[in-house]
Amino acid sequence: MSDHLDTSLPLEYQSEQSRLNIFGFWIFLGAEIALFATLFATYFVLSGMTAGGPSQLDLFKEKDVMIETILLLVSSFTCGLAIFSMRNHNKNAMLAWFIITLLLGAGFIYFELHEFIDYVHEGATMQTSAFLSGFFVLLGTHGAHVTLGILWGILLIIQVVRNGLNPVTSRKFFIISLYWHFLDVVWIFIFTFVYLGGLIQ
Amino acid sequence: MIWTCPIINTKGWEENRLKLDEFFVTGEPIIYVTEAGIALAMIGILFYLTYFKKWKWLWNNWLTTVDHKKIGVMYILVAVLMLFRGGVDALMMRAQLTAPNLKLLDANHYDGIFTTHGTIMILFMAMPFLMGLINIAVPLQIGARDVAYPMLNAFSFWTFAAGCALFNISFIIGGSPTAGWTSYFPLAGTEFSPGVGNNYYAVALQIAGIGTLITGINFLVTILKMRTKGMTMMKMPMFVWSVLIMCIIIIFAFPVLTVALALMTFDRLAGTHFFTMAGGGMPMLWSNLFWIWGHPEVYIVLLPSLGIYSEIISTFAKKRLFGYKSMVFSMLAIALFSYFTWVHHFFTMGNTAAVNSFFSISTMLIAIPTGVKLFNWIFTIHKGKVKLTSAMLWSLAFIPNFLIGGVTGVMLAMAAADYQYHNSYFLIAHFHYTLIPGVAFACFAGLHYWYPKMFGHMLNEKLGKITFWFWMVGFNVCFLPQFVLGLKGMTRRMYTYQEGLGWDNLNMVSTVGGVLMGIGFLVLVWNIAYSIRHGERDVTGDPWDGRTLEWATPTPIPPYNFAVAPVAEEIDAYWNMKQKKTPLYKKVDVKPIHMPNNTGMPFVAAVGFGLGGFGLVFSWWWLAIVGLIIVLGCLAWRSFDPDKGHHIPVKEILETEEAARGEVV
Repeated sequence: MSDHLDTSLPLEYQSEQSRLNIFGFWIFLGAEIALFATLFATYFVLSGMTAGGPSQLDLFKEKDVMIETILLLVSSFTCGLAIFSMRNHNKNAMLAWFIITLLLGAGFIYFELHEFIDYVHEGATMQTSAFLSGFFVLLGTHGAHVTLGILWGILLIIQVVRNGLNPVTSRKFFIISLYWHFLDVVWIFIFTFVYLGGLIQ
Repeated sequence: MIWTCPIINTKGWEENRLKLDEFFVTGEPIIYVTEAGIALAMIGILFYLTYFKKWKWLWNNWLTTVDHKKIGVMYILVAVLMLFRGGVDALMMRAQLTAPNLKLLDANHYDGIFTTHGTIMILFMAMPFLMGLINIAVPLQIGARDVAYPMLNAFSFWTFAAGCALFNISFIIGGSPTAGWTSYFPLAGTEFSPGVGNNYYAVALQIAGIGTLITGINFLVTILKMRTKGMTMMKMPMFVWSVLIMCIIIIFAFPVLTVALALMTFDRLAGTHFFTMAGGGMPMLWSNLFWIWGHPEVYIVLLPSLGIYSEIISTFAKKRLFGYKSMVFSMLAIALFSYFTWVHHFFTMGNTAAVNSFFSISTMLIAIPTGVKLFNWIFTIHKGKVKLTSAMLWSLAFIPNFLIGGVTGVMLAMAAADYQYHNSYFLIAHFHYTLIPGVAFACFAGLHYWYPKMFGHMLNEKLGKITFWFWMVGFNVCFLPQFVLGLKGMTRRMYTYQEGLGWDNLNMVSTVGGVLMGIGFLVLVWNIAYSIRHGERDVTGDPWDGRTLEWATPTPIPPYNFAVAPVAEEIDAYWNMKQKKTPLYKKVDVKPIHMPNNTGMPFVAAVGFGLGGFGLVFSWWWLAIVGLIIVLGCLAWRSFDPDKGHHIPVKEILETEEAARGEVV
């Protein structure tokens, strides 16, 4: 709670409250792991329950999924570059990389929605079968997280433009970067086990 | 108005929409009377606040507070109200079952009452009661100024309060959930439970659960990072240890509930097929998810209760807690095992023998660390100078009563035998023997113990002992006969029964016990009212000759808790200071203290949660979206306007301290 700054540490770790917040966010990610683990377990239990509707092999298209994957993985890389620039106190480079990150995220959301709409046109909705209920809710939860991350990121960009890089704004950027990388890790699991696993049945 | 979305097929949502004549529950005289009572109470409160010009006081001192002590008091206030609500539900059930073929309640009303009784007692009574005591005691016991995130702490409380309010209005508006507190599918699906009752269950628990998860993170960080100088992990008070472990369980168990309730909401509102019979859904999946959360949840309420007993028994036996390390390790073991026992709630649902055997053994294993703890308490009492205060009476009564619950638990853990006990009154008696002595007694004990810290005066000891004896006797009279009823074949959730089954007398006895507990509750309420005027004032800050750091603060506790962070040298840090006559702090060490400012954001966000939740329950999508926008708006507003806090100057600290303690050296 104190105002004392420990300037031997990176900017985002300098105040006591920042250290608490970053640590707390790691714990929150622990809870998020439990949340996604439950959604994955649900999906795997239900993934064979197509109830006469389309199966993974009928629906999934490698090309769309690869585009989404590349967009999100690259966004994680640029997010890392943004934090690297932040550590170098290079505000403009950080903002540029971060804006690219969010644009890539938005591109991911665009292609994901596109994919979902395709499925719906093929008659595969949430109500079609248990498999699709599980699929849409697992991927939808991930997509909702990415969307929320984009909105959150826009707020943080406004704050840095207004207030510059200081212990508070840098801590906020560091935390959203943790969140962004986490969503990337979740996507790697979705890509591997939902899509690739679904295609090699 | 229907929200259209290309991904979700909106067919079938029409049925969920409301017809206005179904909005208020009609046709039940009991509910009319309650509605009138609630309306009168609301008018009374509004009149009081307006007439005595208390609105500003309410807003500044309570609704916007971020002080952990005040948030704790608010939690306990809600918990006592919910104890009343859940208790009335219980007495109505007992009244209906007193004699065969009674028609006080019809089957549907009875279903609603046992559902709300179970849900409220666990999630809206036991949880907030413990959260309240934790909020008050834990930051003080570790010598901290507040929790790690004071604003989030208020946010937790208000989200919880929003969920609680939403759940409680169900019996007036729209109808109560009726599928039991476990809400098993397919019964809880729209096919067998049409109407909005079960939507309330899904949405209200979801909102309250968000608050609980945040509290878990908040207190975990607080305990790990904000302990005072010298207090290593193995010097923490046992209550703090129990809360630390509870937080870990919350963090990994509550997300499972979040997902389970979200899937239930999708099934009920959007026509998905997670738990349905058709479309490839699996009703058993709900049972698994529910109990993967539900069994750890039992330990989420039990562990802090065991922590409270440890504190009280040690204080009133005037001895350091026996077997500190074994207490810690047994709690860690209980926490670990708690994740591997969930299937014992449905041994009879047709698992393979191997699965049932695994969960049978893992369940029995929990008896070992629990047994270790029971022996530790007994050895703490052994050769202690025991002082029989009412807090101590509750704690002593816990040991034998909980033992009955534990031993019958091992009986139920035997999968083969469980085919006889399952869903019978034997089970009902068993879990009431664990939860009432295990948790409810701890709440009462903790309330009596920390009451002077909260309000500056004690609860009356004589009335406290009368409450205790009514409960102690009433509880056993109520639930011992139910073991026998279960063995005689009476199953849970039946709303009436025929004559000549040999159940009549035992049910009559059981109801008498329930009434005794009800009288005990009234004595407790009278005690609280009586003590406001006549309770012994505590001027020392340490009325029980306590051992842990919360007793080192003066009464009333200043907003900043400790003028200077105390140094903990040993377990029972304050006791150690008193023995060595170490002064708490020196005047020269006092520095200005940084404090967070009050904020109305958590309260406004809770209004958003409440409105949005209500919209979801009735599928009024526009209202759900308004609620969501309010909540997100609150979060964004907070992000732009971070609290700078304020400083309390040294002069003010010294004045406060001198007023409370006399001259500071």
